[in-house]
Amino acid sequence: MSTLITDSSRSNYLNAAYGIKSWLLTKDHKRIALLYLVAVSIFFSVGGLFAALIRLELLTPEGDMVQPDIYNRLFTMHGVIMIFFFLIPAIPAVLGNFILPLMVGAKDLAFPRINLASFYVYVVAGILGVWALINGGVDTGWTFYTPYSSMYSNTQVTLVAMAGFIAGFSSIMTAVNFIVTVHRMRAPGLTWFRMPLMVWALYATSIIIMLATPVLAITLVMLMLDHSLHIGIFDPAQGGDPVLFQHLFWFYSHPAVYIMILPAMGVISELVAAFSRKKVFGYTFVVYSSLSIAFLGFLVWGHHLFVSGQSVYAGAVFSILSMLVAIPSAVKVFNWTATLFQGSVSYQTPMLYALGFIGLFTIGGLTGVFLATMGLDTHVHDTYFVVAHFHYVMVGGTIMGYLGGLHYWWPKISGKLYPEFWAKISALLVFVGFNLTFFPQFIVGYLGMPRRYHAYPPEFQVFNVLSTAGASVLGLGYLLPIIYLTWSMRYGKKAPANPWGAVGLEWETASPPPTFNFDDDPVVEHEAYDYHHRPEEPRVA
Amino acid sequence: MSEHHIVTPKTYITIIAFLFALTAATVWVAFQHFGDPWNDVIAIGIALTKATLVVLFFMHVKWSERTTKLAVILAVLFLVVLLLITMSDFLTRGWLGVPGS
Repeated sequence: MSTLITDSSRSNYLNAAYGIKSWLLTKDHKRIALLYLVAVSIFFSVGGLFAALIRLELLTPEGDMVQPDIYNRLFTMHGVIMIFFFLIPAIPAVLGNFILPLMVGAKDLAFPRINLASFYVYVVAGILGVWALINGGVDTGWTFYTPYSSMYSNTQVTLVAMAGFIAGFSSIMTAVNFIVTVHRMRAPGLTWFRMPLMVWALYATSIIIMLATPVLAITLVMLMLDHSLHIGIFDPAQGGDPVLFQHLFWFYSHPAVYIMILPAMGVISELVAAFSRKKVFGYTFVVYSSLSIAFLGFLVWGHHLFVSGQSVYAGAVFSILSMLVAIPSAVKVFNWTATLFQGSVSYQTPMLYALGFIGLFTIGGLTGVFLATMGLDTHVHDTYFVVAHFHYVMVGGTIMGYLGGLHYWWPKISGKLYPEFWAKISALLVFVGFNLTFFPQFIVGYLGMPRRYHAYPPEFQVFNVLSTAGASVLGLGYLLPIIYLTWSMRYGKKAPANPWGAVGLEWETASPPPTFNFDDDPVVEHEAYDYHHRPEEPRVA
Repeated sequence: MSEHHIVTPKTYITIIAFLFALTAATVWVAFQHFGDPWNDVIAIGIALTKATLVVLFFMHVKWSERTTKLAVILAVLFLVVLLLITMSDFLTRGWLGVPGS
């Protein structure tokens, strides 16, 4: 069995070549994943810093730390950096890049050079974003709503829109690579319905990226033309329509929520199966639910426009379609919990994140149904209720999934085990800190506190103090993995090929894997997650 | 296989001649007055025809395998979704009489 491979002196992708050039010009999907890991972690830290400043300002009702225009730039840059440079690329470009070829038994992605190019395109976009930041940032909100952004804002709208435009190309390159790899490079015996659910999730995500990102690109081009040349496409004073911008923007940006959450759902399916030692309940339904979410996600964008002057008839259609998304999402949640039933459940760190995801995503998803209801949305639109809702989905969902996956595959990535004790402490801090930060925002939002203001009435202070206290706990929870994962790369115990006793092709090669992933070409003879046919392997970690 | 299909120069020249002719037609249409909304409809129709020719011949989709054709059809389908649903807003805004509008 390949699980016996533990000799660290053998060649692997980490020691196959040395020197900075071997990393910066690598075409190995695993090394590119690590380059992405470093880059997205930097952006996550910068975005987190903005979040910390926002929370500090909101500790007191008075706007006493920053001026309103600076506050506008803070929340805008927090949103832009977190969404375009962390949440969208995090799971596909880091975990997907590393794990997808291993999961399908391929030597690499289909287009290794395009993969490297996607990283550098991402870096160029990131540098433009940082350049815009140094030059004053942007104050429109990450949604760039017109005509303020196009005609009136004197901040770096064009530069930031250009950064988003370029980042989109990076996403598309990764998506093309994933789609072609899944179609063309699966190991013999790995039929479509034997593929791990993570692969299905990445595949569905790639389709969304391919279909939606070009619309964002052309929308941002129109915005840049409006902002720099005052053409007036979205300016009502010149016969343009600002609501058209919202339609085009959300045609991408609502599916973008699924670009963020679907890969996390794929991770959770892997974790729930591995730590319950069971095949995911209703595997086929979970596959179709991913595809349904990808499809339905394209039909619901108008729920962002309920109070923007959109026709109430269109609003009613969007409301119904939005509620439909709850069905495939619920299929996933019910199937994960059904998988836990009578499973041999263990509570290592990745599973803690998975369980956290299920709970938090459920709250995020259900409050999404509130917001899909036109009457209720009119009441809570642009309040902290919305802020809490999307953070439950994006942070409670995507980041929990990302951290769960990062811990799960860390022994494979680094060849080392991380300290389980500290990892559990960190998972606990993240869960407690997250809820303390964002649950009060549901209440204060429902009570009427609007988002995007640097000052607020004193009666809301208690909720904001809770939020800020929670944010500091959450920040500590995020800081710990950066420390102990980095530490483990040098000092961690050596990881065996399969520390979790999990099934899947990625666990049948060494940790860390050789440059071309497998010493012998793998052949798949079983369905995914066939724990019931395998002898129980020891869990080392 | 699609990548082995060799397109003759004659085909390319014919297609590019069509594209130039359609461009000329676009310019001619722009100076005519067919009445609202026919100028737009004709211009968009010509543009769609040109795009179809480029996709089929210059991008070799005509000779590609079914998966590639499916990808192209899917992209067009989603463009239709974008346009149709967006129009469902613009076309129904006036249904609810708003005083002053």
